[in-house]
Amino acid sequence: MGQPYDPRGNLVRPYAVTRGRTEPRRDIPIEAVLVANQAGVQEARFAGHDKYRIAVLCEPRAQSLAEVAAYMRLPLGVTRVLVADMVADGLLLLHSAAPRQGFTERMDLLERVLSGLRKL
Amino acid sequence: MDFASSERAGAQPREITSAKIVIAGGFGVGKTTMVGAVSEIEPLTTEALMTSAGQGIDDASNVPGKDTTTVAMDFGRITMAEDLILYLFGTPGQTRFWFMWDELIRGAVGAAVLVDTRRISDAFAPLDYFENRHLPYLVALNCFDGAPRYEPEEVREALAIAPHVPLIMCDARHRDSVKQVLVGVVEHAMATLVAEQGRGYPATVG
Repeated sequence: MGQPYDPRGNLVRPYAVTRGRTEPRRDIPIEAVLVANQAGVQEARFAGHDKYRIAVLCEPRAQSLAEVAAYMRLPLGVTRVLVADMVADGLLLLHSAAPRQGFTERMDLLERVLSGLRKL
Repeated sequence: MDFASSERAGAQPREITSAKIVIAGGFGVGKTTMVGAVSEIEPLTTEALMTSAGQGIDDASNVPGKDTTTVAMDFGRITMAEDLILYLFGTPGQTRFWFMWDELIRGAVGAAVLVDTRRISDAFAPLDYFENRHLPYLVALNCFDGAPRYEPEEVREALAIAPHVPLIMCDARHRDSVKQVLVGVVEHAMATLVAEQGRGYPATVG
């Protein structure tokens, strides 16, 4: 078939890359974006292959948790565990998802999104 | 542009806010087409694992084809400003993955329920879902070429869509049409927020 044979195949447990942990250290919304700076990328070299690739991915451009999972070809839950570790270890900066409380904050965001859509 | 000041800028970056709009609907209704029509990237797919017990993720998921299911969601991205990104998430088509819908709608700006006029009954389950959630949504009728044309009011009646829910016609393949749907979602979210503010809170904040 088109795909080269991967000797690890389906025998690799999805959570092997997190050493079996399935609970992230913090909850991260699927759309929250992550950014790595150069220092973070350098440090991530010593944090394992997957974390290094995530840092490289988030260095030129902010990426959401969903994008990291898609580009890494890892399940969302696995990615969330890795990314939460990296945020806790200072390898990635987590930005905030849309505010859920406060009339003014929510209205300001809606107005900005509306004007962004109209400019498309 | 000296080095020191760019270093400082790197250390204290501006906060980036991300928002999301959910595109819901039955299987094969055109959700990914809709996302792709306005996204700046080719729609990406992210996958979540669940066990057959529906308890979400589980490390027994190494056994292929046994006890686990992969739920796929397609999404797109619109970078609106350096500090503002909008994501569009399509819901998994199969309604048995509703636990995943719950995660998707958490914190969303609003949703559009896409309806195929050739298979109107596929919209019952998604509409039921949103009727029971606290999230502003509208109904977008995807009018493919050659699809039966109904008057919006006929569809509203057939699907028992509440009067306060906006209903608009669209073509999920066309950027401008999809843009109008998204504008409609945000406007409806604003109107809902204003109405809630008027009802629920005394006007003496601050």
